[in-house]
Amino acid sequence: MSAGGVWLILFGMGLVTLLVRLSFIALWGRIALPQVVHDALRYVPPAVLAAIIAPAVLLHDGRLASAAGQPRLWAGLLAALIAWRTRSALATIVGGMAALFAIEWLVARLPAWPG
Amino acid sequence: MTTRAREFGAGVRAQLPILVGVAPFGAIYGALATGAGLAPDAAQAMSAIVFAGSSQFVATSLFAAATPWPVIILTTLIVNVRHLWYSASIAPYLAHLPARWKLGLAYLLTDEAYVVSMQRYAAPPPTPDHRHWHLAGSGLALWLTWQLATAVGVFVGTRVPAAWHLDFALPLTFIALLATSLRDRPACFAAGIAGLVAVLTAGLPYQLGLVFAAVAGISVGAVARRTIEVRR
Repeated sequence: MSAGGVWLILFGMGLVTLLVRLSFIALWGRIALPQVVHDALRYVPPAVLAAIIAPAVLLHDGRLASAAGQPRLWAGLLAALIAWRTRSALATIVGGMAALFAIEWLVARLPAWPG
Repeated sequence: MTTRAREFGAGVRAQLPILVGVAPFGAIYGALATGAGLAPDAAQAMSAIVFAGSSQFVATSLFAAATPWPVIILTTLIVNVRHLWYSASIAPYLAHLPARWKLGLAYLLTDEAYVVSMQRYAAPPPTPDHRHWHLAGSGLALWLTWQLATAVGVFVGTRVPAAWHLDFALPLTFIALLATSLRDRPACFAAGIAGLVAVLTAGLPYQLGLVFAAVAGISVGAVARRTIEVRR
């Protein structure tokens, strides 16, 4: 792909992204949303965030992580618990990363699984 | 201090903890993009022009596979379509602003800035109502971090070992954002169903699973809210 072609694609990507973000902000007041849609919008953040997180934490190579097999699953669940109890982003991120390293360190020192 | 400066500063401060998770992710993007064959200036420009992390990762892999340009642009659109909902839910608060403000804030409307500043919009406004400066503050803090982190990633390249798990910082950031958005039981239902559907549909191409999951979660949240209101 030529360098000029890459830049054209970058501007195209930027344009569609900006148009999506601008859409309702620009059109508000000119089009009326039904009340039911309006009410539903408050559930956008929890739904979208959960839809991004769940596969990232629970799936491994596109399949459900076989329980104990994946340190990321446990670190993610622990981070969720920290987030729930503390509501602190910093504690969640630092705690989750620390948990992942701690679990990997432990797993590396466990005796091999029988069978 | 003026209300403007106070709101702007509050927006920057509210975004700071989130930046801890975003910065490594930006560096990983920069490293992967140059590793995938993008020129350093193009890799950096994508962060400035597109400014949407997950779609930048997807596009990087598409560039590496010499994907035709319509597919790259369409995929970017699909991955970023969730911003349609962000745009719709924040639009009423920005309705009174001049066009240049709307354009600027739309450009800065990322997952992180949206979630952080919607919490400000949920709280009582100052007089005069300068809460859009909060969004400008949280958005610009994220923008600057993303550009600097990309530059670090482009510069350092792929020398950071995978064993550092820096890519795990993003799901953690989103977990933290999710916890703050679970304010009532319908929101918990919305998150639970969306997560379940996302896992079940993860195999679908073009991140269609994300769209299905979001629609399912939002619908369940809205229905749950109706049901709870009717019972009262």
